[in-house]
Amino acid sequence: MTAALTATAPPARTGRLARPLHPAGWWLWAIGMAVAASRTTNPLLLALVLSSTCLVVAARRTDSPWARSFRLYLVLGAVIVVGRVLLHVVVGFKYGDHLLVRLPTVPLPAWAAGITVGGPVALEGLLGAAYEGLRLATLIACIGAANALADPKRLLRTLPGALHDIGVAVVVSITVAPQLAESVLRVRRARRLRGERVRGLRGAGRVVLPVLQDALDRSLALAAAMDSRGYGRIAQVPARTRRGTGALVLGGLLGSCVGLYGLLDASTPGSLSVTALVAGLAVATAGLWLGNRRLRRSTYRPDPWRAPEWAAAGLGLAVVLAMLLQARLDPSVLDAPLQPLAVPAVPLVPVAGVLLATLVAVVSPPPVLR
Amino acid sequence: MSAAIVFERVSVTYTGASEPALREVDLRVDEGELCLVVGRTGSGKSTLLGAVNGLVPHFTGGTLAGRVTVLGRDTREHRPRDLADVVGVVGQDPLLGFVTDTVEEELAYGMEQLALPAGVMRKRVEETIDLLGLADLRRRPLRDLSGGQQQRVAIGAVLTTHPRVLVLDEPTSALDPAAAEEVLAAITRLVHDLGVTVLMAEHRLERVLQYADRLVHLLPGGRVEDGDPATLVATATVAPPVVELGRLAHWSPLPLSVRDARRLAGPLRDRLDLAVARNVVAPESTPVQDVLVASDVVVRYGPTVAVAGVDLTLRRGEVCALMGRNGAGKSSLLWALQGSGRRDRGRVLLKPEPFGEVLDPARLDPQRARRVVGLVPQEPSDLLYLDAVGAECARADAESERPAGSCAALLERLAPGIDPAAHPRDVSEGQRLALVLAIQLSADPTVLLLDEPTRGLDYGAKRRLRDVVHELTARGRCVVISTHDVEFVAETADRVVVMADGEVVADGPTSEVILASPAFAPQVAKIVAPQQFMTVRQVRDELAAAAS
Repeated sequence: MTAALTATAPPARTGRLARPLHPAGWWLWAIGMAVAASRTTNPLLLALVLSSTCLVVAARRTDSPWARSFRLYLVLGAVIVVGRVLLHVVVGFKYGDHLLVRLPTVPLPAWAAGITVGGPVALEGLLGAAYEGLRLATLIACIGAANALADPKRLLRTLPGALHDIGVAVVVSITVAPQLAESVLRVRRARRLRGERVRGLRGAGRVVLPVLQDALDRSLALAAAMDSRGYGRIAQVPARTRRGTGALVLGGLLGSCVGLYGLLDASTPGSLSVTALVAGLAVATAGLWLGNRRLRRSTYRPDPWRAPEWAAAGLGLAVVLAMLLQARLDPSVLDAPLQPLAVPAVPLVPVAGVLLATLVAVVSPPPVLR
Repeated sequence: MSAAIVFERVSVTYTGASEPALREVDLRVDEGELCLVVGRTGSGKSTLLGAVNGLVPHFTGGTLAGRVTVLGRDTREHRPRDLADVVGVVGQDPLLGFVTDTVEEELAYGMEQLALPAGVMRKRVEETIDLLGLADLRRRPLRDLSGGQQQRVAIGAVLTTHPRVLVLDEPTSALDPAAAEEVLAAITRLVHDLGVTVLMAEHRLERVLQYADRLVHLLPGGRVEDGDPATLVATATVAPPVVELGRLAHWSPLPLSVRDARRLAGPLRDRLDLAVARNVVAPESTPVQDVLVASDVVVRYGPTVAVAGVDLTLRRGEVCALMGRNGAGKSSLLWALQGSGRRDRGRVLLKPEPFGEVLDPARLDPQRARRVVGLVPQEPSDLLYLDAVGAECARADAESERPAGSCAALLERLAPGIDPAAHPRDVSEGQRLALVLAIQLSADPTVLLLDEPTRGLDYGAKRRLRDVVHELTARGRCVVISTHDVEFVAETADRVVVMADGEVVADGPTSEVILASPAFAPQVAKIVAPQQFMTVRQVRDELAAAAS
């Protein structure tokens, strides 16, 4: 941990050049952490994953707007934990011996058996709900970390050419959304100039109309600008190839989704899900490769994939492997002991795995600050 | 010489329009020419420019008869994207055309679409950054840049693909004089060093006429005449002050630049020398009455300070011009004075107590505030939300509790002949400004603030605006105009306030402030210096007085 803390040192001391890590590198690391977190309800392990994520974000985020969004993900996580506990208290299935409080029960008809509204709330059930909430919150924090660390637009730029159209649509909407908010502010301010207080439904109508017109004008102008700057120059490709490409990409992505789901869901045999994932990715890659031949465009200053990127991806994989190894050695310690209630164990292998993954805060290059 | 752009009997008719926007235009622009497109507001300049790279009619709709070829490519068979490697287009509002969000990525965007190799892209981005002085901005988000910086980036972004034809629609209309000079210098360098063909529309001829090799003059009714600038400008419906002065002094051939005019102006200077410069007489001793007093106004947006402690007193019957480079805090100051905008510190007080006591416009309810301080914002269309010009006027009458038809009458004076049934978005930029001005004037405010009203206006529209402003001040109103247009300031304003970096750096009578600096001096002043005249009208009056 002490090694990780020095990551906040200025770049001059470490002597390394500041550059953004490849967005895919951050995402692979974060997915690794998320997969690891999804395999356990041990609160100590979850807390470790959570704090490791926070530390890496603090050490390596830029000062861009999306980097500031990490806090929102943490807030969302807290809301989820609280919500999960409240849900348990109100309608959850109550269990355990350490009775905390006995709430009045609302009798339900027979078809709703299994749902108890109110009733005795025990410590075991309450903790179980909190741990499950914590697991989900940790998953969300991992995704939030990836979002905060990797520039979403740079990530879209790394998309293969065949997915370029989707990428551009996303980019334009990311661009237009803040403009829309700005336009609302501007029009509201202008409304005041005409002596109106902008309140209520009628006021809203008077704001919405100019804003929508503005948005439409803007998108038309943007489309015209993109067209005159050569967007969408395509090499001629037969329609059959184009359709084939689409089918391959779609089928491949579906396959890999099934595989991922299997990997996250502990009850599916691991070998089956790994096979589906690999096959799906292979098919999708083939489709993308075919599709790439259709578009003629190049990328300015593509993000390089060098040692730090390999390290980030490798550390993400390491924490997953540590979790899988522990599951093979002694899966019981990965679950929080609820019946009987006990202090959760500290399994050595996963802890080492998470600590190892935290090293990404040092091996990744320092961020570029504006 | 081979032709870069050829129009053969081109007519453009937009869907639903009764008259064609262009009628049987024949035009030939040779390679390496700088061709200037001039004409009144709404005379079809944008249509002509759009037809060059096929945006008209591929994108705008409408019917194009005849044939447009660019370097041998017919726009009927080539869509704008297929012409992207030879034609670069820069629009009026740079922000609308930005696709990415940082300067460097924007510079590279066009090259990415043309699939240029990575090494070439790096090199050209660096070259363009140097050419247009963008080095400090390269990582900055485009939205945070000032208007001038944005325009430079927009020009740079099309230059990186090395187009052989550059189409520019009023590239300097939003820029301060220094930034405009910079952009024009870059454009002329492209023409001279690289042989790029440039087709450029511009309202403010004083800036660009001297650089033009050919003038394309759009006449009412969509017809076009083109030819040598010096001969064509003698009869053109639009002319910069240098040409007007030349017409007044019967110089032949007409000078197009200050330098040429100065060489011809010796006798004129001698004649003026004999007369007393009347425009520098001490202001009359009528008691000045303050109408608005602002002290220590601060406007902050996050860490940036837009207005840093400005003190400003506006007086009755005064036209005050607010000048300064893009991003100097002019708009923020105007909004703070009006009371609708942000104000983090300082006081703004109205005098003499319009509603019984000394009042801060920010504390008034909007309905009353607009009868004291009116503001026409930089984006006038933000104020419009109805679907017809007539309806907007009627609504303004109701808002200002004026008899029906008063706003429409004002509009008719400002911009005659607007169809009341027309949609406010469909009228030209100048007409839209006139509409918003009429709406704000219908409340008859004591202080009227205009944020860059001259942008996109032709000389006729500017003259009408000036007349309206003078009429207002004659009735004791006070008008503040933020603008980059030195010529307009020279003819209109009594007082000039120059802002820089959120602070007031100069404040005084127009002649003192704008004659003091070469960057701000109007053309006439440069021509007749050391005689202190700022406008053609002053010279004409002086000569008339001397003759009588």
